[in-house]
Amino acid sequence: MYDGGKIIVGLIIGIGLLLSPFFYNAGKALKPPKPELTPKAKQAKVCVESLEYMRSNHMHLLDKWRQTVVRKGERYYKSTNGKTYYKSLQVTCLDCHSNKSKFCDQCHNYIGMKPFCWDCHLVPKEKK
Amino acid sequence: MLDRALKGSSRYWGWLIFLLVLMGMGFVLWLYQFKVGLKITGMSRDVSWGFYIAQFTYLVGVAASGVMVVLPYYLHDYKKFGRLTVLGEFMAIAAVLMCLLFIMVDLGKLPRLVNVIMYPHPKSILFWDMIVLNGYLILNILVGWNALAAERKGIHYKTWVKVLAYISIPWAFSIHTVTAFLYAGLPGRHFWLTAIMAPRFLASAFCSGPAILLLICFIIRKLTRFDPGKEQMRTLGSIIAYAFILNIFFFLMEIFTSFYSQIPAHMDSLVYLFRGLDGYGRLAPWMWTFVFFSVVALILLIVPYTRRKEDTLAVAAGAVVIATWIDKGLGLIIGGFVPNPFDKVFEYWPTVPEVLISVGVWATGFFVLTVLFKIAVSIKEEVGV
Amino acid sequence: MGISRRKFLKVTGLSALIAASGKAGFELLRPGQVEASSVPLAKGKRWAMAIDMRKVTPEMIQECKKACHYYHNVPEFGNPKVEIKWIWAEQYEHAFPDEHHEYQPIDIIEKEFPLLCNHCSNPPCCRVCPTGATWQREDGVVMMDWHRCIGCRFCMAGCPYGSRSFNWGDPRKAPKELNPNFPTNPDFPTRTLGVVEKCTFCEERLAKGQLPVCVETANKIEKGSFIFGDLADPDSNVRKALRKHFSIRRKTELGTHPNIYYIIA
Repeated sequence: MYDGGKIIVGLIIGIGLLLSPFFYNAGKALKPPKPELTPKAKQAKVCVESLEYMRSNHMHLLDKWRQTVVRKGERYYKSTNGKTYYKSLQVTCLDCHSNKSKFCDQCHNYIGMKPFCWDCHLVPKEKK
Repeated sequence: MLDRALKGSSRYWGWLIFLLVLMGMGFVLWLYQFKVGLKITGMSRDVSWGFYIAQFTYLVGVAASGVMVVLPYYLHDYKKFGRLTVLGEFMAIAAVLMCLLFIMVDLGKLPRLVNVIMYPHPKSILFWDMIVLNGYLILNILVGWNALAAERKGIHYKTWVKVLAYISIPWAFSIHTVTAFLYAGLPGRHFWLTAIMAPRFLASAFCSGPAILLLICFIIRKLTRFDPGKEQMRTLGSIIAYAFILNIFFFLMEIFTSFYSQIPAHMDSLVYLFRGLDGYGRLAPWMWTFVFFSVVALILLIVPYTRRKEDTLAVAAGAVVIATWIDKGLGLIIGGFVPNPFDKVFEYWPTVPEVLISVGVWATGFFVLTVLFKIAVSIKEEVGV
Repeated sequence: MGISRRKFLKVTGLSALIAASGKAGFELLRPGQVEASSVPLAKGKRWAMAIDMRKVTPEMIQECKKACHYYHNVPEFGNPKVEIKWIWAEQYEHAFPDEHHEYQPIDIIEKEFPLLCNHCSNPPCCRVCPTGATWQREDGVVMMDWHRCIGCRFCMAGCPYGSRSFNWGDPRKAPKELNPNFPTNPDFPTRTLGVVEKCTFCEERLAKGQLPVCVETANKIEKGSFIFGDLADPDSNVRKALRKHFSIRRKTELGTHPNIYYIIA
């Protein structure tokens, strides 16, 4: 191989860098997320939609909410469970789920996701 | 052809490394700005555009000026400019790149830039600016690169390249007209609300860009075996002369309309810029520098002896670049915002981080320019022009 | 997609309850100034405001500014370079620079006018926005979408009235000494670094049948000082006030058709 030595060394360094995150985290296992419900959320029993739906689709729901509220002024959501909700992350969702660090952050931190919603939308103060 | 950029003298590499250092410094400072916000610049609630947009405006003009060497060659068969067309197109590429970078460093939320494409609003001139600037960039890349490749092979370029070159001529006029429309349609900014804004922009573009190209050509003649040509430089000098005279004439027209009509809304910005208003006159020395260099440039360009002699022509070109950079850069932008809608003066001056980030962007443009010109000149040297 | 009769009755009942409570709350807060035709307030109209300058005082404007900024989590920076203001006071010669002359009555020259976004009928800011982050709603409110704004500040250049402010830094990092209780309203979001903001006619309150905060505050101090209503309705309080009194608007020669009217006589 022409310049074989340089190529092999370069490959080792390159692949090494590529795989470095795995080496760094080898042997460590992250705790699975355990989102906790507040007493108010437990009492409500149902969320805006079912648990399975919310687990996979809450981000789409919130995106649709913000589009329709801000751009069309449509502020009320008719859920499949029959209730009507005021479309607001702060006023409706966080009213029940007021424990962001023990609820929202649990899964978000686990997958390393930082939604920028919190740049603007306020989080209720939690007791430590 | 890119390999031509990898072979060069130590002076060439030294220059590139110097530029890379400036780019790195600008980038690091930009990261800081990205984190803490545009408050580190001198912009304010009243003067909401500043040095970055000033550089953008100036550089759109430099980009459009490529047409000043392309038009005579393609439309008027001025074959002598054949040596310069690729250089003009490459300069346009570097200039448009800097324009796009200056917009990006000026945005409040850069990650949302995609919104302009996802939610197009044709009523907004910024939408059209994005389209014409990017289109012009692509045009110049395609035409310049292919024309140079054909030159290297000693064959004539394909017809589609010529078609694109023809399209690039009105397109160049359009990019600067659209940029002028950004300013000329705003009802609250009387300094900009003039029909002559687009003509002024074009006139100053067509002297500043060729002046920069001229200076670069002189440098090329000194540093390489490629000679852009004595007659070409002379013609370029004439183009610069006429365009600059027109530019100053348009400026004087603005002065007449404002001061003969005596309408405060028209006069106030000019008074602020050149004398000061309400005790604030930070930009006055800056604007009078523009006047000084304009006079120098006018004399050297109008007098045939000094225009034809290459060393005085170079001085004139330098004066044109400085004068237009001041007038079309900060002079234009700040004049639009001062006095503010409440008839008060809130001054602006760029901060050090703002200037250093701008230097980083300019260095990036010059880096691209150097690489592209190195390729073009190397090939022209080989072909034996 | 059908809806059962039961569901339909539930939803209409709930909506009527909400509308009625909104109107009740409205009447509670503004006795004597109730819009007869204002249910629901958010439906297609032409919102406007007539400000009776004979009743406005500098202290009132400060109270309105404080109330508005508290309600919308607008921070105080103490620095005019980066300040954000949705409603503020400006002297006559600065509010109406082309109208003033030195021989006006002294009480006009010294008068402070409350300035805010004019929610123009022909807004240049909306024309120039490349993403539609600001646009004019059907009911006349010039609205802001802070999810979409890219911070290009073209709207700030386009606005002839200086109504818009930009977040040059993170609003949550404003000096703590000047913002001891920030954020002051947990029910309303803040904005973020890099977006333009301005008065939105309290559109989230209008949707609930409530009046804008500045209107509420001003009328608590002096009834009838801020008259907010529907220009499209010839019997609205705003139209009645404009018919009876002489009013001026800012920079009308620019064709923006501002909808903030200042009653001066």
